[in-house]
Amino acid sequence: MSPHLILRVVSKLLIPMIVVFALYVQFHGDFGPGGGFQAGVVTAVAVILYALIFGLDAAKAAVPPSVAQAGAALGVFIFVGVGFATLFLGANFLDYDVLHPNYEHRSGQHYGILLVELGVLSTVSSVMLVIFYAFASRVPDIKDEEW
Amino acid sequence: MGFDLTQILDYSLIAMLLAVGFAVVRMRNLFAAVMLTGVYSLLSAAWFVSLDAVDVAFTEAAVGAGISTVLMLGAMLLTAREAEPGGATRHWMALVMVTAAGAALFFAIPDMPVYGDAMSIANSYVGYEYMVQTPEDIAVPNVVTAVLSSYRGYDTMGETTVIFTAALSVMLLLGLGSKRSRKKDGEDKA
Repeated sequence: MSPHLILRVVSKLLIPMIVVFALYVQFHGDFGPGGGFQAGVVTAVAVILYALIFGLDAAKAAVPPSVAQAGAALGVFIFVGVGFATLFLGANFLDYDVLHPNYEHRSGQHYGILLVELGVLSTVSSVMLVIFYAFASRVPDIKDEEW
Repeated sequence: MGFDLTQILDYSLIAMLLAVGFAVVRMRNLFAAVMLTGVYSLLSAAWFVSLDAVDVAFTEAAVGAGISTVLMLGAMLLTAREAEPGGATRHWMALVMVTAAGAALFFAIPDMPVYGDAMSIANSYVGYEYMVQTPEDIAVPNVVTAVLSSYRGYDTMGETTVIFTAALSVMLLLGLGSKRSRKKDGEDKA
């Protein structure tokens, strides 16, 4: 019988819901509170909760540190890439209107915000994970009597 | 003077923030202090919701109560569980400095705009323009998102770079997070 059985079962139920909530926050950011930053933090929290309950090695097997490091750079790349894309399409830096011909519904703005928020999501979630991995890799796992 | 329920909620939340702040300072057990800072963030998040700043509240709850509590716990595991008892000496100079800074802040309060003032600087010029222009220019319902990602996209790009730089600095200082597994591999080979 493993210790923290209740914690394990509850967090196994919770982690998928946390990730789905993060996606909701990400894609609903245009309409309600939220956006890339908050969604990124919530995504990172899901992995961190996994690491706290099932151990750091299991979390590193699920999301390797190299993936997190690449994700942090990828997000900045996407954001700056959108800026340069608008620049090459003949508009100002990060002027999203040129991204889509349908100016009537401001589709360019919507695409631009979507892409940029994806970049923020990637960077923020990866950075939070990288920092957590860096801290947690230096300490022994929490002892059972300290729970 | 109207004293509606929201105001009572605001004042009780501020009172709880004060109480938690004093408790954190007085606390010797670091574990309890870290948990109380999480409570502090959660209370601030509740207060921000009451002030209609839901985006800020969301961030405060996720970052302040979630991530930074975990990171503080991780940092605490590297050190002792109890703080060293403070020395018996009283730092009078520090008290004078803190009192002076506090008095200066109180002196500045009358210059602040009244809470909810529609004519305050933040609500007048460019803020008002964003509120009026967002349905026209960006056509998204959440003005905060429109300002963050589109009007001030350049600023948000800078912030994303700042966050990236934070991870870079932590990686450079603490290693790439693969220290322990590498050690384990070495033990296996030996």
